[in-house]
Amino acid sequence: MSLNIVVLAKQVPDTRNVGKDAMKEDGTINRAALPAIFNPEDLNALEQALRLKEQHPGSTVGILTMGPPRAGEIIRQGLYRGADTGWLLTDRLFAGADTLATSYALAMAIKKIGHVDIVIGGRQAIDGDTAQVGPQVAQKLGLNQVTYAEEILKIENGRATIRRHIDGGVETVEAPLPVVVTVNGSAAPCRPCNAKLVMQYKRATCPMERTGDEPWSALYDQRPYLTLNQWSVADVEADPEQCGLSGSPTKVKSIQNIVFQAKESRTLTGSDADIEELVTELLNEKIIG
Amino acid sequence: MNNVFVYCETENRTVAEVSQELLTKGRKLADELGVELHAVVAGTDIRNHVEDQILPYGVDKLFVFDGPGLFPYTSAPHTDILVTLFREEQPQICLMGATVIGRDLGPRVSSSLTSGLTADCTQLEIGPYDDSKTGQHYDQLLYQIRPAFGGNIVATIVNPDHRPQMATVRSGVMQKAIYEGSARHETVYPDVTKYVSDEAYVVKVLDRHVEAAKHNLKGASIVVAGGYGVGSKEGFDMLFQLARELHGEVGASRAAVDAGWVDNDRQVGQTGVTVHPKVYIACGISGQIQHIAGMQDAGIIISINTDPDAPINRIADYVITGSVEEVVPKLIKYYKQNSK
Repeated sequence: MSLNIVVLAKQVPDTRNVGKDAMKEDGTINRAALPAIFNPEDLNALEQALRLKEQHPGSTVGILTMGPPRAGEIIRQGLYRGADTGWLLTDRLFAGADTLATSYALAMAIKKIGHVDIVIGGRQAIDGDTAQVGPQVAQKLGLNQVTYAEEILKIENGRATIRRHIDGGVETVEAPLPVVVTVNGSAAPCRPCNAKLVMQYKRATCPMERTGDEPWSALYDQRPYLTLNQWSVADVEADPEQCGLSGSPTKVKSIQNIVFQAKESRTLTGSDADIEELVTELLNEKIIG
Repeated sequence: MNNVFVYCETENRTVAEVSQELLTKGRKLADELGVELHAVVAGTDIRNHVEDQILPYGVDKLFVFDGPGLFPYTSAPHTDILVTLFREEQPQICLMGATVIGRDLGPRVSSSLTSGLTADCTQLEIGPYDDSKTGQHYDQLLYQIRPAFGGNIVATIVNPDHRPQMATVRSGVMQKAIYEGSARHETVYPDVTKYVSDEAYVVKVLDRHVEAAKHNLKGASIVVAGGYGVGSKEGFDMLFQLARELHGEVGASRAAVDAGWVDNDRQVGQTGVTVHPKVYIACGISGQIQHIAGMQDAGIIISINTDPDAPINRIADYVITGSVEEVVPKLIKYYKQNSK
């Protein structure tokens, strides 16, 4: 049976290896110092989707993302790896969304896409680490959910068999389609970009990403696949009140660039004398031993 | 009405430690708010087995849902129980563990009730809030405090208008303690079929393996932790050797786990394990907030880093400026020489 697969993917600032320049002097985030990347676990999710597509001929994989126009890059990254299509949810009304408002927008888009068999996303995004959007999308669509997936083992007779991580072990579950699956970072890594697909799609953009004076703009009339789907709040028939900041029950009261209480520390070198003195001191004071 | 609820998770008939830690925290919040602490637990054949593991933490009322299909945990039945119960009971706060179960269940419940949920909180407090947009004042909201943005900032989140205010907290972040005061200790056993429809049991657990934890990082009195500065998987062998000598455990920063040098169950920090050791030896760890959140209560912190300005050095008692591969073998050597 062929499957209609939607992959949820997010463009995130690379918060993993931030240097000292990540924060500005005034305590705000220096976004320029953080490159925007494909959320790592969403790549694991994409790999599971592409494998299903290979196992079930006739299946399609679409990338659904929400963000500013430059997040069109996430759809291109998906197309380069073998996805068939993508949708960018972009609208000022989506801005400032917490996980609940985000999941509402994504759920409305999935309803518009229609007849989806399986929604696959990363377990969580590295800029928030909440792991909430997957289950919330599932709830809003009234679908089953399987979180912390390591591998989608098979889909047969309308049921998915999935191996998932649990605290202290693993379990295998069987869930009827349609189902929302979130994938762990320990699942199989995503395949690299395919050079042919990169050549084919490198000019693919959402209308809002364009300046209008690209030297290749004539191509957009000739090759419809170079125009990516771009949806607003109205396009997905969402209630603006439930989107963005106004649809978010959680409010950020304050943000602090935390300074931990500095201790009076003793500075040592790595010399034999210093280390031996330290070890003897810790032993004498029965701190170790 | 308006009470504090804690969802208690179980493995067979054993209540998770994180749930007991949250009961202790929930009791404090309830006392501050002048309301009751209620607990809810769902499982199979748990009646007369779990009550003693929950009530002593200051629980006024315990809801035990006992029925077939509630263990092993699957999302829908447990969601139905909480959503229906919360519609009846209207709690103001709900806490659950930031475990695989809590992080599966919490968002599903919050989405059903359109209530706000904050994941992986490191502190929970009660305090006032003024909404600058609406001008509305709130006396006693739950401050849900957590590192955000990869641990570079700490955010205080509030849910002004939606109930319950939901938060998940990782194991080890709060400390459990038997409640010294008096609580009502009422226990009720609601009819599960009134809360969960038959269709909720569609996800089947075919196979399940749970192993006892391979290490006791959470309870270790000495932790030797490695970060990106350890440089390699082999570098961690040295850390394991030092930990063995000191009868401690090995921990790691997220960077070292992401690099694949050590198992992710050894990650210390907001999204990993929170430790409270006597001694914490940070080897080549720069000290992002998200890491420090998981180890700042350590008695003595020793930082080994080539960078004298590494952020972790600010909270360290001893700063050794040097490379991990140079310093750690010396620590092992002089410990062996002098400890006899």
